[in-house]
Amino acid sequence: MFSNRPHRNELSAALRESLVALIPQLEGKQRFELRVALNAFDIIERETVSAGAAAESERMRLVQLLDRDGTLVELRRELCLRLRDGRQRHDAPELLSALRAGVLARLAFDNPGFKPFYRDGDPA
Amino acid sequence: MSGSAELADKLVSAWRRQRGEEIDVSALQALSTGASSDTYAFDATSRGLREHCILQLFGGGESFVSALSKTDQARTQQAAFHAGVRTPEVMLTVGVDDGLAEGFVSRFVEGETLGKRIVGDARYASARRVLPQQCAEALAAIHALDADALHFLPLQTAHVQIGELAQRHHGYGEDLPVFEAAFGWLRAHQPAPTLPRVVHGDFRTGNLLVDEQGLRGVLDWELSHRGDAMEDLGWLCLRSWRFGCDALPVGGFGERAAFYEHYQTASGIPVDIAAVHFWEVLGTLKWGVICQWFSHRRLRGEIQALEPAVIGRRISEVELQLLDLFEGRGP
Repeated sequence: MFSNRPHRNELSAALRESLVALIPQLEGKQRFELRVALNAFDIIERETVSAGAAAESERMRLVQLLDRDGTLVELRRELCLRLRDGRQRHDAPELLSALRAGVLARLAFDNPGFKPFYRDGDPA
Repeated sequence: MSGSAELADKLVSAWRRQRGEEIDVSALQALSTGASSDTYAFDATSRGLREHCILQLFGGGESFVSALSKTDQARTQQAAFHAGVRTPEVMLTVGVDDGLAEGFVSRFVEGETLGKRIVGDARYASARRVLPQQCAEALAAIHALDADALHFLPLQTAHVQIGELAQRHHGYGEDLPVFEAAFGWLRAHQPAPTLPRVVHGDFRTGNLLVDEQGLRGVLDWELSHRGDAMEDLGWLCLRSWRFGCDALPVGGFGERAAFYEHYQTASGIPVDIAAVHFWEVLGTLKWGVICQWFSHRRLRGEIQALEPAVIGRRISEVELQLLDLFEGRGP
């Protein structure tokens, strides 16, 4: 760790505690706005931890789906182009499972409480 | 204070001009400044009779695609009121002649609109039992309105809406493969054209005023248009309006089968289940593009609050809902 203590994660935990302690002191619109701010803070914190690995997994899924290499931005653009001109079918099972994996990884930081509807045969 | 006294004076003269009545305005207060409207509450007293009223004024903000002007919104709401739909009665419209932004005054109706409370609070348990039938009947009455008399309502077929959403989405320059797949899905599943009917366009938990007895008022007629009646049924079933009660697809309070049956009985219009599913997919994508609209307005600095930026991150919820819908998952 390069920083002196508190390290980044310790400092952010202390910041979060202070913000949470403010909630009971506020009401109405201000309280709502603090809750929105805490939600944004939590998204940033979760994303900081997991986004790097999530982006590389997503890139690998797209490399396989599109059968070409590139950066994540390039591959997403390519997939959108193929979907638009029909070279990629919108209902292909391999497309849907790749998209689902990417969305679940994004939800893991945007809103981990938001779950897909399960159906028989899904992994638990 | 002087601003509020000035607004009260303008309301007194607008009321006199349109209703030929002298009123006193009291208890005037600003309730909220929405994305596209400023809302006030006030009491109008005439000959000892006190009326609680709501004033909605155009707030100058950019509206999402094809929102109605306040005047047309008021005309639609009033037509629905006269046809027996539970919606607040419109008392008068206001505008430049009154020195005001375009807007209208409606009768105040008591009730709860917060979705989380309506679908969750014990207080509304009995309301939830009757809401599916009441919503079905309200939609049947809306869909029976004379579409020719409300000719100013834009005709928004599935084809038109897909085109508008694609244009707006692509304007943001963000490549979202799930949205792109959704456009492909929608183009492949368009329902057969129907007789254009009056469609509310935003009939959902959150825009329904509810008390312990159930539905008190249908609000927010801003997105009304002419189109496919099944659109309103699909929109009410979006997971985004279930407020956590995901197992109850109709607004977070009802089951589909009973709701569809109530609707068919009340309207005489057969429910086309595939069309409702289509509109649910289109509605989900529309909500996703609205989330983009919020976040890009914030990113361009057109609005300052934090919430619209955070709404942008709800797009991943929308993406998952779309994938679940493509695969027919969920109730």
